Amino acid sequence: MSGPRPRLAVFKFASCDGCQLSLLDCEDELLALGERLDIVHFLEATSRVSDGPYDIALVEGSITTPDDLTRIQEVRRASKFLVTIGACATAGGIQALRNFADHASFLAAVYASPQYIHSLATSTAIADHVRVDFELRGCPINKTQLLEVIRALLGDRRPTTPSHSVCLDCKRRGTVCIIVAHGAPCLGPVTQSGCGAICPAYDRGCYGCFGPCVQPNLASLSAQQIRNGASIAEAVQGLRLFNVNAPEFRQESDRLANLAADLPAPEPRQRP
Amino acid sequence: MSTNAAHETAQFMPHTGLQRLIDVLCVRGYNVVAPKLSQGAVVYEPTTSAATIPFGWIEAQEPGKYRLIEDGEAGYFGYTVGPHSWKQFLFPPRAVVSTSVRTEDGWNVSPPADDGVSYAFLGVRACEIAAIEVQDRVFLQQAYVDPIYAARRERVFIVAVNCTRAASTCFCNSMRTGPRCQRGFDLALTELPDGFVLEAGSDRGREIARQLPLQMIADAQLVTAEQLRQRAVDQQTRSLPVDGLHDLMLRQLQHPRWNEVAERCLSCTNCTQVCPTCFCSSVQEVTDLDAAHVDRVRTWDSCFNFDFSYMNGGVVRNTIRSRYRQWLTHKLGTWFDQFDTCGCVGCGRCITWCPVGIDLTEEVAALRSESTP
Repeated sequence: MSGPRPRLAVFKFASCDGCQLSLLDCEDELLALGERLDIVHFLEATSRVSDGPYDIALVEGSITTPDDLTRIQEVRRASKFLVTIGACATAGGIQALRNFADHASFLAAVYASPQYIHSLATSTAIADHVRVDFELRGCPINKTQLLEVIRALLGDRRPTTPSHSVCLDCKRRGTVCIIVAHGAPCLGPVTQSGCGAICPAYDRGCYGCFGPCVQPNLASLSAQQIRNGASIAEAVQGLRLFNVNAPEFRQESDRLANLAADLPAPEPRQRP
Repeated sequence: MSTNAAHETAQFMPHTGLQRLIDVLCVRGYNVVAPKLSQGAVVYEPTTSAATIPFGWIEAQEPGKYRLIEDGEAGYFGYTVGPHSWKQFLFPPRAVVSTSVRTEDGWNVSPPADDGVSYAFLGVRACEIAAIEVQDRVFLQQAYVDPIYAARRERVFIVAVNCTRAASTCFCNSMRTGPRCQRGFDLALTELPDGFVLEAGSDRGREIARQLPLQMIADAQLVTAEQLRQRAVDQQTRSLPVDGLHDLMLRQLQHPRWNEVAERCLSCTNCTQVCPTCFCSSVQEVTDLDAAHVDRVRTWDSCFNFDFSYMNGGVVRNTIRSRYRQWLTHKLGTWFDQFDTCGCVGCGRCITWCPVGIDLTEEVAALRSESTP
């Protein structure tokens, strides 16, 4: 990217804005970033916006409305590199729980006049609709990884974001395995690195915020969770969170849910 | 009794001598690292006080499970090995191996400064001494010497502890690495109900020992110590016969057992990270926004990672089966060719800390008992 400063835009779809805020959270690097890039469309930061084309588009959020089906095509057409940021954009987010339920009954339960609501029956990843050049995982994304992606695009190289499991990060920071030492449910062995293994360091199982790692062995981990005392329903709930619609998590939670379908429903419990 | 000279000069140190030992080491400038209770396990952390050493605790270990148990007779060192190993101090999980700064005349590359820290490891078990000796072969006795490991290893002071108990996952006896510490220590302790049998294994150890409150040892105390050490032998239920291991590994590359273990293996890297001899790492350039300051950072990595075998054009070991097989055949087979020793010391960490409880002694037994199809 030589010549004039690259133009960066940030777009929001169905999401909570937390991932966009990671860009503003790059406090120490933000001024340097502003010298290397023109941030021309970023509604969380400024109401002054300009039209495309854009060199880098950071896209947050999932596709949940008919309007957004059209808008993402426009963003794609206007952008050279389209980078999706966060679990909503890369997997459909927590709102993809609707994919497992009856959309119309949800609308009727929440809205007095559901006929005015125009939303889709599903929440899906951006890559289900347009070509995506790079997916940055996380709920929320990690700002160090975001900077790495921007640095790589500025340097015309491929970003290096690791694909290994969270376990390796636990070990590097000296965290004792909570599955082994406490029998706690933890998605760390099947979840992609990125957060720095925060939750297990505070005695909480990994929630899978960064989605499935490469070649996750979900069936083996589910079996172990159940041996350690979790119910099948709890194992399903554990997978149906921020990355519920990531293909590997979705397939495993469906498989477990089908297994549990013939069994009596257990009392729901809080995750420890 | 052994005829080893160190054993013949054994003396008795009361329990109160442990704090004195830590004080003497601290005064000598050592950063003392010792067992400590943390996060539901016995881990290794720096300390200046004997009070942080877990007194009255043992643990129960089985494949995929570890639980601490209070035990009034356990003394200071009743537990066995936990999730940490001394590897994390000699071969740190993250280390800057060089720094490059861009100048008008080009790149200015500098090696890392030696941090100068001298560690004293307190509570090193026989299998752990064996593991350090394996890593010595890897990092010091090959064509390339690792400067970070070399500097730390040269200065380290080792206070060994002879195990008086064994976990269900221990198999050092069959690996001939323990439970008795035979060499490689400066001081070695065997814990009795009221103190320790102390032996010196080096000049540095004898020098430190002169400053400790030692007493003449009674024959009865030596007999008790031997009985307690024998208990750690007798309690071992697992074994991994070393004979023929290398050839077995290379003969069974197409065994159907690899498919079965791959069904269970998470490829999560836990076994390799808790292993005190596994040494794989990766190196990455970490730059600032202008790419004017570049740190070359080495971090622990693992042959279980998909990316680890990435070479020009693709990943060589593209299945969990191939990665598990690579790990086990290297650890127990080709390690002999590469380093003239077995890569396993029988500590059992990979069995306990595998989240799904894969037991390498069981895997090897299966490979032995069934023939190639």
